[in-house]
Amino acid sequence: MDWYPLYNSIRIAAISTAAVFFLGIFAAHAAAKLPQLAKGVLDVVLTLPLVLPPTVVGWLLLMLLGPRRPLGEWFQRVFGLRLVMTWWSAVFAAVVVAFPLMYRTARGAFESFDMTLIEAGQTLSLSNTYLFWRVQMPCCRQGILAGTVLSFARALGEYGATSMIAGYTPGRTATISTTVYQLWRTGDDSGAMRWVLVNIALSALFLLALNLLETRQQSEKKGGGG
Amino acid sequence: MALSVNIQKRLGGFHLEVQFETEEGVLALLGASGCGKSVTLRCIAGIMTPDEGRIELDGVTLFDSAARINLPPQRRRTGYLFQQYALFPNMTVRQNIAAVIQNRACRHARTGDLLRRFCLEDAAELRPRQLSGGQQQRAALARILAAEPRAILLDEPLSALDSFLKRQLELELAETLEHFQGTALWVSHDREEVFRNCRQVCLIDRGRSQGIRTLEDLLRHPDTEAAARLSGCENLVDVLPAGTTVQIPSWGVTLDCGRPVPEYIRLAGIRAQHLLPAKPETRNAFSCRVDRAIRDMFSTVVLLRPTDAAPGAPPLRMELDRTVWEVLPHEAGLTVSVAPENILFLRKA
Repeated sequence: MDWYPLYNSIRIAAISTAAVFFLGIFAAHAAAKLPQLAKGVLDVVLTLPLVLPPTVVGWLLLMLLGPRRPLGEWFQRVFGLRLVMTWWSAVFAAVVVAFPLMYRTARGAFESFDMTLIEAGQTLSLSNTYLFWRVQMPCCRQGILAGTVLSFARALGEYGATSMIAGYTPGRTATISTTVYQLWRTGDDSGAMRWVLVNIALSALFLLALNLLETRQQSEKKGGGG
Repeated sequence: MALSVNIQKRLGGFHLEVQFETEEGVLALLGASGCGKSVTLRCIAGIMTPDEGRIELDGVTLFDSAARINLPPQRRRTGYLFQQYALFPNMTVRQNIAAVIQNRACRHARTGDLLRRFCLEDAAELRPRQLSGGQQQRAALARILAAEPRAILLDEPLSALDSFLKRQLELELAETLEHFQGTALWVSHDREEVFRNCRQVCLIDRGRSQGIRTLEDLLRHPDTEAAARLSGCENLVDVLPAGTTVQIPSWGVTLDCGRPVPEYIRLAGIRAQHLLPAKPETRNAFSCRVDRAIRDMFSTVVLLRPTDAAPGAPPLRMELDRTVWEVLPHEAGLTVSVAPENILFLRKA
């Protein structure tokens, strides 16, 4: 059995999760400071990919990154890089669909965070950077970790936009989800079955990790470990 | 060592206009809830920005709208004691204190000193949520002193506590402030707390400050409606001045004030403790019906309705020692009086 799709899927999910981690936290942090109206508008725009059909996201990405589109052409000319139909094209799709999950969970965590802690820290001459990384982030750790795991899981399961922007080339752009579709389409049910089981095992592992994380946090809160 | 504040800020329909200057020591900002006391403190600390004005602390300009100066809170050196203490929950007591000591060389030693001074050595490795209320307050105070502030701002420091703990923490807080070389502002809506802990007070009434005075002076000579209310004067009534007397239409009585009543006076105040049972021939005596008697722990508050009161007028409050009230015959009504000097002339706000 060729394990390339597993490796490719995990690689894409890991890279896009890392990107989404910072993008989502940055966007959530910025949105928290905006006035009500701007926040509402930004919220709609940033959450849209969560509810749009993946094909719509895929089409929009193709319109943006395709070889004959301004951005795609520019990259081709300046870096000699094609943005579509390569393995990293799937990263774009995964980032877009996973971003809202990170953004919303991080924003929820930031909103329930007690801002008087930051204000107190400021009056104690602690820098805003210190307060963000050493007070706000640790206090919001649970929400941010949950967002990260959800984003990873979503990126791993991405199919629709990926198939449009990266296609299915065995050994190059194949991911678990596109492989399952391809094997089923060609009537290879036992092959599809193998990948389905791999996918289920992987996802279950992730959800298990998420649950363990949550119970550990809860017991820490209750028992008050030093 | 001085703090001078002269600021204005609009918040929706609310207009804050506060002005005061104070030297070293504890100054109380006293006002009803929502009068702008906390906003004033937040403007001084730099957590909020006034629309206009100037704030100066020990010769350093913290804020000046004309000169476009607005120091960030980090550079103002004002220690702010939040009601819930705002200790960082992800750090131990020791880490909370050590985090604000910028000088690495003496961080360890200074943290140890502060832990000892505030009796927190046994709690040093605990997280804030594992501390008692008293330990939390001490940890917050230790952390504030670790930052070496020029002024300490106390935002309703005791109002979230139950009464037993409150008395204990009040003593500890007062002791800390006694040793503090600098200005402290104590914001409160509780006049008794302020009377116990501060010598000077600045009243704030619906966003307006009313100048600094001693608490003794506020208690004896409240001159405005707000001052009378905040100093605990219960009976406020519309009056018409007439020479050395005032007519009180809603009670149907005229009272001798023993001194000329200024023409502009339209409001008078009488403390519940200054209404006394009296014989009918006493000066300023008038007869009342007893509406209700409310028994407190050691005193009784009696609600009285003057015999000639206008219909719908609010009752008078008289406060007596419980033992006095219990032996006082009052079935057929009660004659009460007030000494002329105990009638307070008030300007309406």
